[in-house]
Amino acid sequence: MPSLARIVITGVGLSSPNGDDLPQFRRNLLNGVSGVEKYSIRHVGETLAGVCHFDTLRHQGRKEVRRGTRAGSIAVWCANEALADAGLTPGPAGSAPAGTPRTGTRYSPTRIGVYTGITEHGNVETEHQIHEVAQYGFDLSFWSLHHNPRTVANNPAGEVSLNLGIRGPAYSLGGACAAGNLGLIHGVQMLQLGLVDLALGGGVSESIHTFGIFASFRAQGALARHDDTTQASRPFDLSRNGIVVAEGGCLFALERLDDALARGARIHGEVLGYNVNSDGTDFVLPDSAGQEACMQGALAHAGLAAEDIDVVNTHATSTQSGDIIEAEAIAKVFGSAPRTFVNNTKSFIGHAMGAAGALELAGNLPTFQDGLVHPTINVDALDPACAVRNLVLHEPMRLPRSETVLNMSFGMLGINSAVVVGRYKP
Amino acid sequence: MTQDEVIIAIKDIIAQIAPDEDLTNLEMDVRLREQIELDSMDFLDIVMELRKLYGVQVPEKDYMELATLAGCVKYLHPLLEKKPLHCAQGAPIS
Repeated sequence: MPSLARIVITGVGLSSPNGDDLPQFRRNLLNGVSGVEKYSIRHVGETLAGVCHFDTLRHQGRKEVRRGTRAGSIAVWCANEALADAGLTPGPAGSAPAGTPRTGTRYSPTRIGVYTGITEHGNVETEHQIHEVAQYGFDLSFWSLHHNPRTVANNPAGEVSLNLGIRGPAYSLGGACAAGNLGLIHGVQMLQLGLVDLALGGGVSESIHTFGIFASFRAQGALARHDDTTQASRPFDLSRNGIVVAEGGCLFALERLDDALARGARIHGEVLGYNVNSDGTDFVLPDSAGQEACMQGALAHAGLAAEDIDVVNTHATSTQSGDIIEAEAIAKVFGSAPRTFVNNTKSFIGHAMGAAGALELAGNLPTFQDGLVHPTINVDALDPACAVRNLVLHEPMRLPRSETVLNMSFGMLGINSAVVVGRYKP
Repeated sequence: MTQDEVIIAIKDIIAQIAPDEDLTNLEMDVRLREQIELDSMDFLDIVMELRKLYGVQVPEKDYMELATLAGCVKYLHPLLEKKPLHCAQGAPIS
């Protein structure tokens, strides 16, 4: 088998509950700033969530926003911001005639791929339509013609292709809450196969706009409650009581190393390896053995040992059993790695579902520049069952070495994903 | 609803469907799609809003009657003259 091209991250576009670009996101992760707030949604009522506040109209017209979906708007935001961050400035919305690519001249629009990881898509729009048609006695002549284009699984990536005039492959990868990594991984693979020259890969989530996801977590006894919204997401803490649902997105601009160097691109990091596997055990409950195998597989794919990883960014969502199961897996893989430090990003922003993996990886990429690991917040009393070695709590810490990050994301039906990113070295 | 109010009603709906368009100087007798960016899905949305807001059913064979503002007034006024004007602002748009 021929050796595969090295793939690097040259742009990051994101929207998180505590930041709409990487510098702001990183700053808030280092300063302990939560993005969780009070939130209300029909049928559920008062609850809390991670809510994004990016300016939708920066990259979309009002008609685009009206026709599209929240996930589409998030994806469009992330794609435009990632291109700009990569130095492939697409120009303002409306700056090119309809149907004309806004992606600059470096890459042909037919050679750009868009891969959006999604936990789910279409629940928001379906619930909304049912709510609407109920007001007309379920007369389906009031059902919107926009329902289908809004709910197809490729909607977020497709909206990006429409917005930017991209003509290459644009679609979603459904992978529950492991999906953010899947979008990145698929982008890497498509570049290595030579099927695209630029990939926008990551994940998006509009899940806070579907009452069903809140109601389902509540029925499961897994929806976070706390008087202080900023303390509601508390993975590994003894008093954790469930998930804080969040919206958000992150798309990485990915290029083959040679192409990135040829245009003098800034490189955030190199994708060294990845792995996706399945527990094959339960609809909902994660499995420590599957997670361990996933991490070991990613290390093997990267050609690294556990001791070579500097930051392990956990998936832990603040559920009773899930955090313990993950801690067991981490202990098995990294328990004897003295210079590997462990953190959690959901303690700041909640669980951004299909965006989680990509967002949380993004939040840790600046470690290659600042040499810090952001902490896990809200751990007032560490659960002894979650006390993994070198868990970084409360305050950021200067790393003895900042060369590699391993990000983990797990999802329902037992899907696990792990990505290893390293500092770029010629 | 007077004929002038029918124009207000239809412009109000178009403003919801095509929020980026300037509707201040629309000509009465020129096709709407030649004056502003409206596609076939937008047009179906306008028909849907007429149904939602005023209970007016426009059959497909009559769609061409709504091509201009003057056509809208001619076609819709008999259907709307006994109904009060209320703007779509704030109304749910699907």
